Amino acid sequence: MTRKQRRMTIIGGSLAVLALAAALVLNALRDSIVFFSTPTMVAEKHVAPGKRFRLGGLVQPGSLQRGDNLAVTFEVADGSAKLPVAYKGILPDLFREGQGVVAEGALDASGVFKADTVLAKHDETYMPKDVADALKKQGHWKDDYGAKPAATTAQGNPQGAVR
Amino acid sequence: MIAESGHYALVLALGLALIQSIVPLIGARLRDDALMNVARSTALAQLLFVGASFVALVMLHVNSDFSVANVYENSHSMKPLIYKITGVWGNHEGSMLLWVSILALFGGLVAAFGNNLPLSLRAHVLAVQAWIASAFYLFILVTSNPFLRIANPPIEGRDLNPVLQDIGLAVHPPMLYLGYVGFSISFSFAIAALMEGRIDAAWARWVRPWTLVAWIFLTLGIAMGSYWAYYELGWGGWWFWDPVENASLMPWLAGTALLHSALVMEKRNALKVWTILLSILTFSLSLLGTFLVRSGVITSVHAFATDPTRGVFILLILCLFIGGSLSLFADRATSLKQGGLFAPISREGALVLNNLLLTVACAVVLFGTLYPLAMEMLADFKMSVGAPFYNLTFAPLFALLLLAVPFGPMLAWKRGDLLGVTQRLLAAGIAGLVAVAIVWGWASGGATLAPLAIGLGVFVIAGAITDLVERTGLVRLPFATVLHRARGLPRSAWGTAFAHAGLGVALIGIVCETTWNSEYIATMKQNEVAHIAGYDVKLDGLFHRQGPNYREMIAEFNVSRDGETLSVMTPSKRSFTTRGSSTTEAALLTRGASQLYISLGDATAEGAIAVRIYHKPLVLLIWWGPVLMAFGGVLSLSDRRLRVGAPKPARAKQRLQPAE
Repeated sequence: MTRKQRRMTIIGGSLAVLALAAALVLNALRDSIVFFSTPTMVAEKHVAPGKRFRLGGLVQPGSLQRGDNLAVTFEVADGSAKLPVAYKGILPDLFREGQGVVAEGALDASGVFKADTVLAKHDETYMPKDVADALKKQGHWKDDYGAKPAATTAQGNPQGAVR
Repeated sequence: MIAESGHYALVLALGLALIQSIVPLIGARLRDDALMNVARSTALAQLLFVGASFVALVMLHVNSDFSVANVYENSHSMKPLIYKITGVWGNHEGSMLLWVSILALFGGLVAAFGNNLPLSLRAHVLAVQAWIASAFYLFILVTSNPFLRIANPPIEGRDLNPVLQDIGLAVHPPMLYLGYVGFSISFSFAIAALMEGRIDAAWARWVRPWTLVAWIFLTLGIAMGSYWAYYELGWGGWWFWDPVENASLMPWLAGTALLHSALVMEKRNALKVWTILLSILTFSLSLLGTFLVRSGVITSVHAFATDPTRGVFILLILCLFIGGSLSLFADRATSLKQGGLFAPISREGALVLNNLLLTVACAVVLFGTLYPLAMEMLADFKMSVGAPFYNLTFAPLFALLLLAVPFGPMLAWKRGDLLGVTQRLLAAGIAGLVAVAIVWGWASGGATLAPLAIGLGVFVIAGAITDLVERTGLVRLPFATVLHRARGLPRSAWGTAFAHAGLGVALIGIVCETTWNSEYIATMKQNEVAHIAGYDVKLDGLFHRQGPNYREMIAEFNVSRDGETLSVMTPSKRSFTTRGSSTTEAALLTRGASQLYISLGDATAEGAIAVRIYHKPLVLLIWWGPVLMAFGGVLSLSDRRLRVGAPKPARAKQRLQPAE
């Protein structure tokens, strides 16, 4: 093999691996990406049942109901719309009514969001960034949500629950 | 006084770093030994002052001096001593101080032990180290000073985030930083080589041990962090593909590639330009990781909201160093002489393939980490890229890599015999296939990928063993000869085998845990029994206890199997009064490499409690694998050729070249 041939073999091999990786990424991008929505966005966009997404907002005060065997339902609101959420399992320690929450799952046929993951940040002054941004955009941001975040500088760890 | 001294020491360190950034370079240009040697003194003095600054902050935390904002925000007088100390780096300012302390430590080590380096190379390396150090001292002093006082000192502190009040914080961040920052050495060597326009095998001999040290710490740091998340967060997950985790995985992938390409350069004097580029990329990814974690830019369950000035400052540092080093690379790389021809099928070729797959896998992780950010900025919609994405992209690439791993060490340098190696790996391949068949039969169908993945893991382990068997001549030679040969085998060969086997072990653990994990989630009353994976878990009762800075509710579970009591498990839920938050302390019962895992949810009014019980088969292999890898790294580090150091060129010419 000449020097040129050797070099071409290596370059060809590299391109093959790169092409493989690009194909894998493009394929994965089609259906493994989860989008973030607020209740308002869900109402506007008519998300199809069964399509997974992340729902963010505030837990509507007074909406939390505990059923048998760790089943819970609550509503997630963002000021202009509300969406009922059903979850089965243990809620994270900092899940509170009136606090920010992010849930992952999909809508069922009756329009209830079936969550299989509920995330809450492990700090009571924390507002999930997605939720804060969405609320700010809609003009529902209240200063007291962000009153103390400057003091919460500890490197947080995820706190959540997976069914 | 302590706070002011600490602050002052840090300012002095910045001054020293600035001197060290410039003077040695002038010395190198003027060929003035005295000026070049300034770097050695300043690097050691820097270490002294940064160390003093760090000790000052530790003392402030230990003394609970709440007139210092950093202590007030992250400490509490009732906190146990160990967490007062670890709390120093459990916050932004303190962790940045730890970062620069470790940077100064590595600089000091090069200064102290770099006597056999060519003088001008050492001057250049230490100057580049000082550039990095100066940038980060400035960052700390301007945006994140840990020594700021509060005008009216409060009596009590706000306590450390309860999740961080764990022994994991004592080990994980220092380890991770030793890894991250350790790669700054290979970066500095790369930049120095580009500036001098000279690079040879001796250079690679010098860089390899430093890279190896950083790699060992990073490996252990990532594994430790993963185990910490596993037992502390209370839901049994050990890897979340979270941007913060990716930030540590990317330098690991690039660093692993660097480790292997430096080997080619050292032994065969080939892949020089690529090794230089990888050194730059690895440390750039470490900087990117620091940026992602410290700026709060990522929409992540880990990330926290901080003010943007810090983010912009680190972004500037990032652009300066990555942009600067890559421009220098583009300008100078062509002037480095290429050398060492090799056939595609050869040890070098295998290492090129290793590098290719590792860097592409690293690029995929980088893409998955940055894509959501880019889309949010450009198209204004949010998304998360999680496990499903990486399962479809990262996993196949890594499977390919693992398939190739046993072949690499068995191929000859320059020109290898693929067919011969395949024949020698026949036994390992059969072991893998047998494993596939056994697991397939035992799991009776079910998941198709799991038996294949386990077979792959067994193949990798068996391949590592085969390599050792071949080299020592076990089976075909008398036992005494085998022992003699085993003793004569270079430590790095043992290191390779252990590190590669560790990959297989970790893979088996990952597959078993994700495929056959069983869980039981329900509310339990007293004396109620849960059945999971053959174990009977009975709730004996609930107790309350007062800890130093928290109240604790403990549930006592009696675990038995076939009527025989095995152990009592006591998971608990702690509520920390100061922060008004609570943590879940899971209880773990280890049986072999498998674990039973119990964590608590909320108690109901009727005295029942929500519990989560997992049985995780062979879960410990996930972390034993990295420990094996790190052990392999340590063995390799103790190899004679690395201990002896780089041979002096003059002497090497007189001696006959050793046959390798």
